[in-house]
Amino acid sequence: MPLGSGVNDFVVRFANVNGTGSASANGIFAKALFRMGLPISPKNIFPSNIQGLPTWYEVRVNENAYLGRREGIDILVAVNPQSLKQDIASVKSGGYLVYDNSKKLHDSFLREDINFIGIPMMQMCMEHYSNPRQQQLFKNVVYVGALAALLDIEMEVIKGIISDQFARKPKLVPPNFEALDMGAKYAREHFDCPLDIRVERRDKIGDSIMLDGNTATALGLLYGGASVAAWYPITPSTSVAKAFEDYAKKLRVDPETGKKNVAIVQAEDELAAIGMVIGACWNGARAFTATSGAGVSLMNEFIGLAYFAEIPVTLVNVQRGGPSTGMPTRTQQADIISSAYASHGDTKHVLLFPSTPAECFEFGAKALDLADRLQTPVILMSDLDIGMNEHVSPPLKWEEGKKYDRGKVLSAQDLEEVKEFGRYLDVDGDGIPYRTYPGTHPTKGSFFTRGTSRDEYARYTEQGDAYVRNVDRLSRKFETAKSMVPSPQFYGKKNQSSYGMLFFGTTTYAALEAMDLLQGEGIGVDSMRLRAFPFNNEVEDFIHQHTYVFVVEQNRDAQMRSVLIQELGIRPEKMLSVLNYDGMPITADKIFKTVRHNLTELNPKMDAS
Amino acid sequence: MSFYKPTFSHPLLPKNEVGYRKADYEGAISTLCAGCGHDSISGSIVQACYEMNIEPHRLAKLSGIGCSSKTPTYFLSNSHGFNSVHGRMPSVATGANLANKHLIYLGVSGDGDTASIGMGQYVHAIRRNLNMTYIVMNNGCYGLTKGQDSATADFGSISKSGSKNMYQAIDLIGLALELGAGFVARSFSGDKTQLVPLIKAAMAHPGFAFIDVISPCVTFNNNAGSTKSYEFTREYMTATSKMDFVPKREEILVDYEDDSSIEVELHDGSKIRLSKPVQGWDPHDRNSAMHKLLDAKSRGEIITGLIHMDPKTQDLHNILNTSDTALNQLTEKELTPSLEALEDINQSFR
Ligand SMILES: Cc1ncc(C[n+]2csc(CCOP(=O)(O)OP(=O)(O)O)c2C)c(N)n1
Ligand code: SF4
Repeated sequence: MPLGSGVNDFVVRFANVNGTGSASANGIFAKALFRMGLPISPKNIFPSNIQGLPTWYEVRVNENAYLGRREGIDILVAVNPQSLKQDIASVKSGGYLVYDNSKKLHDSFLREDINFIGIPMMQMCMEHYSNPRQQQLFKNVVYVGALAALLDIEMEVIKGIISDQFARKPKLVPPNFEALDMGAKYAREHFDCPLDIRVERRDKIGDSIMLDGNTATALGLLYGGASVAAWYPITPSTSVAKAFEDYAKKLRVDPETGKKNVAIVQAEDELAAIGMVIGACWNGARAFTATSGAGVSLMNEFIGLAYFAEIPVTLVNVQRGGPSTGMPTRTQQADIISSAYASHGDTKHVLLFPSTPAECFEFGAKALDLADRLQTPVILMSDLDIGMNEHVSPPLKWEEGKKYDRGKVLSAQDLEEVKEFGRYLDVDGDGIPYRTYPGTHPTKGSFFTRGTSRDEYARYTEQGDAYVRNVDRLSRKFETAKSMVPSPQFYGKKNQSSYGMLFFGTTTYAALEAMDLLQGEGIGVDSMRLRAFPFNNEVEDFIHQHTYVFVVEQNRDAQMRSVLIQELGIRPEKMLSVLNYDGMPITADKIFKTVRHNLTELNPKMDAS
Repeated sequence: MSFYKPTFSHPLLPKNEVGYRKADYEGAISTLCAGCGHDSISGSIVQACYEMNIEPHRLAKLSGIGCSSKTPTYFLSNSHGFNSVHGRMPSVATGANLANKHLIYLGVSGDGDTASIGMGQYVHAIRRNLNMTYIVMNNGCYGLTKGQDSATADFGSISKSGSKNMYQAIDLIGLALELGAGFVARSFSGDKTQLVPLIKAAMAHPGFAFIDVISPCVTFNNNAGSTKSYEFTREYMTATSKMDFVPKREEILVDYEDDSSIEVELHDGSKIRLSKPVQGWDPHDRNSAMHKLLDAKSRGEIITGLIHMDPKTQDLHNILNTSDTALNQLTEKELTPSLEALEDINQSFR
C-alpha cells in the first residue's frame, strides 16, 4: 500500500502498557478527529491479560470513509519500552516514531528511513506532577498534546472532549489541560509543526455517532423489550451485558417505586445462562444471553431443547478466535457452522449478521421479534471487531410507537374460542404453532414442554409418524423464516459483472474498499452483503446470476461458503474463498490481492499487473 | 406414550375452596414401575395442592430428566409443565420465576439429576434464594439408566448387583443448610402424613424450599444392603417432630399450651405447628439444625421432617428489586425507553 496522501489519510498506532490509563488518552485522540468531521476507525489490539503486557490502539483516518483496517503504520506513538524494538520495526518507511526520550534511545534502535520524534514525556511529568500515579497518567495526555501540534488537531476540540469527560470531576480538568499544553508546546518548539501527515477539518460524518457494537446491541435489546438477561462473563461479549445493565439502571426503573422493570442475573455458567433465558421466554418474558464461541459450545444441549420445544431464545455470539480458548482477544467469524447447526440431531437456527453498530441496535431488537414470531433460537452473530471497537455509525433509530412482535400467543379470551388447543398444530400452514403462557386460563391451554418427541397436543410419543410430522413442520417453519429475516444488501449497480463478491458482518468495511481498488484496475465485481441465515431468494439469485462468487470471511475453513453450498445446493467450484484468520480484521488490500490473483488464474488475459 | 385418565369424576365428590376436586390435581397414568416411591410422592403433591387450594393453572411444574423428573406428567395435568434437560431444571425454573413472580413454582428432580450433573445449578438456585419448592426424589441410584449408583448413595451401601459403594455420599440437606436455604426438610415417600404438610409448608415459604424425599427404586435399589430401600428407611427413620401446616385462612384459635410444641409463622400468616420436637433442636436456628443432622448421621439415623426454616428470607425478586408487575406482563410502554432518551444516547456518542 502506498503511504496515505498525508492529509486526512493515515494510520496512527499507539503502543502502550496494559493498565496504565492510556486507553482514555487514546480515546480522546480518536474522538478529536471524529469531532473534526473525519471518518475514523479505531481498533484495540490487546492481550488476554489484565495488566503489564503490551497493548496497541490503532486509528485509521480516511476522509473517503474507508474504515476497514489498513496495514502499514504512518505514525507510531511508542511509550512501551517492552515492545519498542518491534514497534520501531513496524513503522512504514518515511513514517514517524513519536517516543519518550526521557532516556536516550540506544543506537541499535535507530532506523535511517523513518523520522524520530523524541519527547521527554516522563521527565516532563516527573517535573510537573508530584504524585506518581499522576506522573504516569499524564504522560499519556502529554503525547496527545504533542500529536495535536504535530498533526494540527484543533486544541479546542480536545479540550472540549476533556471537559465533557470530567464534567462530574471538574477538578481534574486543569491538570489535564496542563499536560496537553506541555506536550504541544514541546512539539512546536522542537519540530516543524504540522508534519506532512496531518488533519484538516472536514464535514464528512454528518450526524454519525461513534460507538462499539456491544453497546449498540445492548441498547437494541433494551429498546426491543428484553426484560430478563442472564449471562456469564466471556471476552468479547461481557460488555453487552454490562452495557445492558448500565442503561437499564437508568431507563428501566419506575421513578415512583424505584423498582426495576428488568432482571439481570450473572449466571454460574453458560449452561445456566441459556437455561434461564429458556425458562423466562417459555413464561412469556423477552430474554437474552450474550456469550462467545466457547459459551455457545456449552449451551448446545439447551439450544437443541429450545429448537425442538419451540421456545424463543435470543443469543448474542460475539465471536473471537477459536478453536478452544484460541485467541480470546482477537477477532474471527469462525462460529458460523457451530451456531447455524448448534446441538445434536437435525437442528437449524436463525442467524443475523450486523455490520455496523446501528445494525447491532436494529438486529438486537429484531432478534427478539424474530425469536417470538418463530418460537426458535435466534443468534445475533457479532464479533470482537464490531463488538469491542468503536465504529462510525448512523445514529440509532427507533420508530415512534413501535410494537413488539410477540408472535402467536393465545390469550385467555382466545382460548375461550378455541375448541381444542394443540400446542404443536400447524394451524396456519407456515409451520409456526400457537403457544400459551403458563397461568393464562384455568382450564384451557396448559401443555407440557419437553425435549422428547410428542404429538400435536404436546403428548409424549415415540410414534415415528408423529415425530416425522413434527420435524417436517420445523423445516417448514425455517422456510417461513426466509421471508422474515433481513434481506441482503447490494452496493452499486446490480449484475454488471459475471463475478460476484459476497461478504457479511465486519468484513464489509474492507470489502467495500476492495471493490473500489478493483474498480481502479478496471475489474468490475458485483457485491452483496449477507445479513441473515436462512438465506432468502435474493441470496440464491445473486449466486446463480454470477459465474464465480467470492466469499469473504474470517475463518480458516470457509464456513459461510460451506453453509451456502450445503443449503443452496451450489456447485462448489463456483464459490471462491477470500479468507483471513490471523485474528486481525481483514484488510482491503488482502481482499483486492486475493481476488485479483484468482481472476488472473481464471482468466489469464485479465492479468493487470 | 402418556395415557390420560378420563377427566370425568363423580359430581358428588367434594370440591376445595377454589372449586376443584381432587381428581383435578391428578395427571396422566404413571408409567413408572409399580411400587416406585416416586408415585407416592406424586400422590402427596396432588393431596397437598388440593388441600392448599391451589388453582392448577397458577402453578408451573418443572423438572430435569430421570424417572423422578417424569412425574410432573403424573400430577396436575392442568398446569404448564416443563421437562428440561438433565440436571438443568433450576436454571429454567429461575428464568420462569424471573418472568412471572406471581405463579407458584414446583421443581422435581432426582438425586442423579441434582447431585451430579445438576449440582452446580442446585447450589446456585439456593444461593439466589429462588422462590420455589424443590423436591428431590432420592433413591440413591439412577433409575432411568438402570441402576448405577448416584452421588447420594451412602458409603458402603450395596447395589442390586452386589457391589459396595466406595464413595462418600453427598447429603443434599447438609448442603442446603450450609448454603443458607430458608426451608430444609427431609421425608420418606412412604410417609404421606409427614410429607403432605411438608409440601404445603414448602409452597407457602417465600423463598427456596427444599425437600429431600427418600424414594426407594423398587427395581434397582430396594435390595438388602441398600440404604435407600423401603425396609432400611423405615427402620432407621426418626422424625424431628410431628408437624401440621395451618393455612392463613383458618383463624388460629386452637390452644397449643403443650410445652413441647413450636409455632413457626410464615410471611403470609400461615403457620407450621411442630409438636414434640426433638430435644436440643430449634428449627429456626441453622446451627442447631446442622448439629442435629450430623448427630443423627453419626448414629446411622435418618432424621425426617422439617429440619430448618427461616420464614423471613429475601427471595430473588426482593434481591433484584423487580417491579410488582410480573416482568412478562410489561408492555412497550414500560419496556421501551423514550425517543428523547435515545436522542440523548446518540448525543453521548458524538
Ligand atoms: C446430558 C445427559 N446425560 C445423560 C443422560 C442420561 N440420563 C437420563 S436420566 C439419568 C439419571 C437419572 O437419575 P436420577 O436423577 O437419580 O433419577 P431417577 O431415574 O433415579 O428417578 C441419566 C444419567 C441424559 N438424559 N442427558
Ligand atoms: S426404575 Fe426405579 S426409579 Fe425408575 S420407575 Fe422404576 S422403580 Fe422408579
